[in-house]
Amino acid sequence: MTTTEAPPAQPRKPYRPSPLKRVLAFLRNTWRGLTSMRTALILLFLLALAAMPGALLPQRVLNATKTDEYIAAHGWWGELLDRLQFFEVYSSVWFSAIYLLLMVSLIGCLTPRSFEFVKQMRAKPVLTPRNLARMPHHRKAELDGGVDDVLATVRTRLRGWRRVEREEPGGVRTVSAERGYLRETGNVIFHFGILGVIVFFALGKMYSYEGDVLVQADGSSFCNSGIYAYDNFRPGLSIDGTSLTPFCLKVDGFKAGYTADGQPEHYESDIQYQAGADLDSGTWRPYHLEVNEPLRTDGDRVYLINHGYTPAFTVTYPDGKSRTMSTQWRPVNPQTYLSEGATKFDEPGIGDSAQRRSRQIAVTGLFAPTPFLHGNVLTSIAPGLKDPKVAVDVLRGDLGLDTGKPQSIYEVDQQMVDDGRLKKVARENLAVGQSIALDDGTKIRFDGVKQWVMLQVSHDPTQVYVLVFAVAMLLGLAASLLVKRRRVWVRVTPVDGAEDVRRTVVEVGGLARTDQAGYGEEFTRIARDLLDGKNGN
Amino acid sequence: MPINENLSRFSDYAYTTAVAIYVLALIFLLIEQSFGVRGRQAAERAKTRELAGAGGPPVVEEVPSKVANTGLIPPARAARIGRMGAALVVLGVLLHLSALVLRGLAVSRAPWGNMYEYIMAVTFVAMAAWLVVIKKFDVRHLSGFVLLPVVILMFINGTMLYTTAAPVQPALQSYWLVIHVSAAILASGVFLIPGVASVLFLFRSAYERDNAKFAKFGPKLPSSDVLDRVAYRTTVLAFPVFTFGVLCGAVWAEAAWGRFWGWDPKETVAFIAWVVYAAYLHSRATAGWRGTRAAVINTIGFALTVFNLFFVNLVTAGLHSYAGVN
Repeated sequence: MTTTEAPPAQPRKPYRPSPLKRVLAFLRNTWRGLTSMRTALILLFLLALAAMPGALLPQRVLNATKTDEYIAAHGWWGELLDRLQFFEVYSSVWFSAIYLLLMVSLIGCLTPRSFEFVKQMRAKPVLTPRNLARMPHHRKAELDGGVDDVLATVRTRLRGWRRVEREEPGGVRTVSAERGYLRETGNVIFHFGILGVIVFFALGKMYSYEGDVLVQADGSSFCNSGIYAYDNFRPGLSIDGTSLTPFCLKVDGFKAGYTADGQPEHYESDIQYQAGADLDSGTWRPYHLEVNEPLRTDGDRVYLINHGYTPAFTVTYPDGKSRTMSTQWRPVNPQTYLSEGATKFDEPGIGDSAQRRSRQIAVTGLFAPTPFLHGNVLTSIAPGLKDPKVAVDVLRGDLGLDTGKPQSIYEVDQQMVDDGRLKKVARENLAVGQSIALDDGTKIRFDGVKQWVMLQVSHDPTQVYVLVFAVAMLLGLAASLLVKRRRVWVRVTPVDGAEDVRRTVVEVGGLARTDQAGYGEEFTRIARDLLDGKNGN
Repeated sequence: MPINENLSRFSDYAYTTAVAIYVLALIFLLIEQSFGVRGRQAAERAKTRELAGAGGPPVVEEVPSKVANTGLIPPARAARIGRMGAALVVLGVLLHLSALVLRGLAVSRAPWGNMYEYIMAVTFVAMAAWLVVIKKFDVRHLSGFVLLPVVILMFINGTMLYTTAAPVQPALQSYWLVIHVSAAILASGVFLIPGVASVLFLFRSAYERDNAKFAKFGPKLPSSDVLDRVAYRTTVLAFPVFTFGVLCGAVWAEAAWGRFWGWDPKETVAFIAWVVYAAYLHSRATAGWRGTRAAVINTIGFALTVFNLFFVNLVTAGLHSYAGVN
């Protein structure tokens, strides 16, 4: 970035510049101000400061429920923060403004710098200073041998340095050498890397999508055919859900392993999938899905992100008809997987809707994978399945399924209960195989438990580019911080003496062009190799 | 994976002993800092005063005694005590390392799966890095200022954050645990040193601007140049490692959580710290920002690193909640 500050704009002359010139001057000064190092520094601070609320306040994209609770709990203050986009910091106007400005500043300093860089890369090492003794590093010695011998040694020793040999009057020869160009190269690469990361990160926000889907782990399937297939779908700004990459999968089973104290050790799910050409040929390929081991199809990734239980109940009606339902229940405690839900039944074979609506049944309550009873109150003490139990209320009447109002699959419509159209007819704790008999002879049996998995499907065509630029950035950064740019000059002066004994004065000077100390040792070695007669070392 | 409780217990012993030895070393090195000849500027000023004032008398003899007058312990002995302190630090670091290795053997994985293990590793890196620094720079007498935060961290860690050895949850079972977390540990541990050096820089440069400020403490610190160089060279080493750690974290997050960057609190604060350290490096190349401002920025960077460790782990709820502290 340019280190100089913008020069004062108005010249103190009576002369009045034309409006066009004034506009140009204004633009030029704005540009200079924006691209100066000081501005870049301030923008960096602003960026850091602006990112902070995202760590301190709940964010809607991460946890919408918590955000709403926070706003509700903080009254006008919460609403003000909400208005000012403090709950979606990273897509807020002010955060975007800062990083856009920073990007302009970055481009503004990169452009001239890149030209400068190209020029530097072509430039020859600078002239040897007249007085090498003034350099921070300096040594001088008189050696046996002619100028050419010494120069040959210098050439060998400074292999890998960029060198220029020049002649000075009186048969004096000099070598200017410079090394560590990688530092500047790294610096430029680092800044371009950042630019690339920002650009592709932003593009990713446009063209990526993420969706969650719950699939029963009993061979049920899911196809990525449209938004409707998902339980929850988060599209990028330009995703309308019409052209998702098609693929299908079947979940054959799920297994979790726990330590003795109920800490999860591993989750795994066996699935089969088809994508691309397999969809036409109908081939299913097996995959062992685990945490940290997502399924990667063409363009999409499938993650195992949660699991849960599906208790199965069978209702046997007095006339002998029966119906079995397996509806997923949702975990309410992430440690013990105590789950809640509502399994809803319609009596089969009844055409009259009024009659049917008086005899619908809901089995609702709690499910404990590893049950523990305080008296009659059921809780769970571990997430693994070990003699699971349910504590259920059986409700009978009108579930409100025909009202057209959408209702949660995990709950019954409380309105129906309040209106007295849905009545509790039994409450019981059941182990697998046990049943409840209702007053009219209907029996409800807890058949057993199946499992479900929550899968996340992610699509982000830009992430590989972000990675490439990030790696370039890292390499550039390391080079620009750890490589030292340094110069060495050698001046070789022949000494007039007897014809047969040729002697030469050799002077070596060195300068580190970066403020990082540590060049001294290297210079000492070079000077020793050149001056102490260890030719060729 | 079974837990070897014997090894885990030995690790605890080694840890406790290391803390005790650090405390002892801290005392020794504070003695050197307070009474040693390394208050070089003080000694030199004393010397010039002697030269200017007395002229004739044996100056060389006068210097130590002059300094000694201000304290209980003569500088030569203080230096000896300082060397003993440094030797104790080496011993402490070795014990610290064995605590780490034993813990790793006890749980048969990289010993940084929860906050206790993480802090144990970070403090180890800080002390090991400090040993390298005192080999390269003449700053041994400042060891107390590094030992003090390390001892406090280790004490809090051992008493309040202690977690029994256990296997880690599924999301952490990946080779990225070794790569990502060790990069984070290396960077955070090394960042402690520029943090301390920058704070000392602020004291020293205030003293250099006006000798009346920190008149007692200032002269005992090395010149602000040296402190700035220590801070810069350690930051320059740690910053790429930190960047590498964040990058690996993103790659791992892509495999474990379904996205490479999701503004999880830990990710956010790491990003902020990264930006601040980047600002530090830029500030050293900007006229008017070198020196004090750069040191302030570096201090902020370290404060953020500590904040990221404690606040984000213990207060906020995010995906990085692996502290294992209840």
